[in-house]
Amino acid sequence: MTLRTIWRKSLNAAMLSLTGLCALITVSALFFILGYLVWNGGKDLSWNFFTHLPAPVGELGGGMANAIVGSMKLLLLAALFGVPIGLLGGVYLAEFGGRTMPFLVRYTADLLNGVPSIVIGIFAYTIVVIRTHHFSTLAGGFALGIMVVPTVIRNTESFLRGVPVSLREGSFALGANRWKMIATVVLPAASPGILTGILLALARVAGETAPLLFTAFGNRFWSPGWLQPTASLPVMIYTYATGPYEEWHQQAWAAGLVLLGLVLVTNIVVRAFLSRGNSFERT
Amino acid sequence: MATAPNTAAPAAFDWGPRALLRRLRGGDQIAHLITLVAAATLLLITALLVYQLWIHSAEARQKFGWGFFVTTKWDPVFGDFGALPFIYGTLVTSAVALLLAVPLGVGAAVFLAELAPPKLSSALTLVSDLLAAVPSVIYGLLGVFLLVPLMRREIQPALKKGLGFLPFFQGPAYGIGFLTAGVVLAVMIVPFVLSVSREVLLAVPRDQREAALALGATKWESTWRVVVPAARTGIFGSIFLALARALGETMAVTMVIGNNPRIAASLFSPGYSIAAVLANEFSEATGNLYLSALIELGLVLFLLTFVLNGLARLLILVTTSRAGGVSPA
Repeated sequence: MTLRTIWRKSLNAAMLSLTGLCALITVSALFFILGYLVWNGGKDLSWNFFTHLPAPVGELGGGMANAIVGSMKLLLLAALFGVPIGLLGGVYLAEFGGRTMPFLVRYTADLLNGVPSIVIGIFAYTIVVIRTHHFSTLAGGFALGIMVVPTVIRNTESFLRGVPVSLREGSFALGANRWKMIATVVLPAASPGILTGILLALARVAGETAPLLFTAFGNRFWSPGWLQPTASLPVMIYTYATGPYEEWHQQAWAAGLVLLGLVLVTNIVVRAFLSRGNSFERT
Repeated sequence: MATAPNTAAPAAFDWGPRALLRRLRGGDQIAHLITLVAAATLLLITALLVYQLWIHSAEARQKFGWGFFVTTKWDPVFGDFGALPFIYGTLVTSAVALLLAVPLGVGAAVFLAELAPPKLSSALTLVSDLLAAVPSVIYGLLGVFLLVPLMRREIQPALKKGLGFLPFFQGPAYGIGFLTAGVVLAVMIVPFVLSVSREVLLAVPRDQREAALALGATKWESTWRVVVPAARTGIFGSIFLALARALGETMAVTMVIGNNPRIAASLFSPGYSIAAVLANEFSEATGNLYLSALIELGLVLFLLTFVLNGLARLLILVTTSRAGGVSPA
């Protein structure tokens, strides 16, 4: 072997292992984060965490029941607001639509998806909070709902497009018209995929903090109804982590573990489900 | 898409009540209309978003004009607002993040797209996707309690010792500051660089690799001189996408940047970013001018990310569609 060949071969080996190292570092970050949270938050996670209100400053114990319920209420509103628009919009993109409008909608959806969440929060503030003169669950849910729309619309479209033409032709042949074909054949066939898309979108906004800071705000007590400020898990983590008290920091770790656990479990289950079923290519 | 063979049933001129009824019962037009309204709602929301940011920032825009972007004073008490320190902080932290994340992300993408066996590649991609799903407040939590002390005690003193002659690594090591925020951001945007870069690399046709290998190139040479250049535009797209994420990232930055509107060459210095000042001051802003100045900051952030995202999508679209056009597979 000439010197040059040796050089080329060793450069090859060196650079290729370097890319492997890059991948290793990136991937290990997740396990590190998870492990660190379990280590720090695990010991403070108790039944009380899920069933009690936050304890007054200086007292031990207490939980984040109000924040958990608050997050659920916010997610419910987000789903009620965002899912119908996303779902129907996705049907439009995949099944109706000409040339310009779908392109415009797709492009806007991608751009809206990239808008920083804190800006969405400002938007919800100007639309809901200024008008109702109140921080509220409603305003927070509105903000999260907007963030759900682009993801759901794009996901729905791509899963509808995955439904084979033969299924559509079959239902046409049986005399169905277009919307009947969509409602009774295409949507059910694509529904597992669409549902997982919705779950992923909700899992993503479940961890959003920034748009809630000045819409849902925060609350150390239960928030009755929909028009009062409410606590939520992510905002609680932020407040407690940046607060001055050691008990708060411990609670923040526990809450972080719960939030991360929820988000990761949803993601893993949904993705596993996606890769296992729902492939039309087999038939 | 399949076309509907039976929707053409009523003749075009038949507007009698029975034909109309048949049409309505057929329902295709109604379904079309309903879904169209939903899709249009998305456009409406986006337009309304721009409109609201514009009118609610009117007071600050009129009072300060372009001077808003070049003045450094941020004084809510006297109603004097300038955005420069925040813009500076946003840009500096994002630049640090890109410097760290791009080599890491692209390197990992090359490994996943070119080297790893398919099963390993898809498993690692899943992990990277999960990493992208970790909420930003969690990164902030780790940043505050893990990275900040580590920076203060170990990393910043070491940097000062080794590279202290550079203006970037001078001054007291607080732990919080531009550098720490940049590092946290880097970890957060790596998955975005990785997943998009991997996709555009995979879109490069197989024949190109095989041609390079057949000419006697090593795997690395084929990757670095043929595949990566072919995917270059798309990789730039992924970088812009990641940059847009970094600019708008709020919670993790707010928790570690130090929240001090300062312009300093040293990366050890505490600073402030647009998103962070919004997170901290928006809910307690008193007076219309204060609020309006904050909303103008939001508008700036929106425009920055809007342009970057638009550009990124375009670049990615160009690469994947061009490569897809050549490849038969």
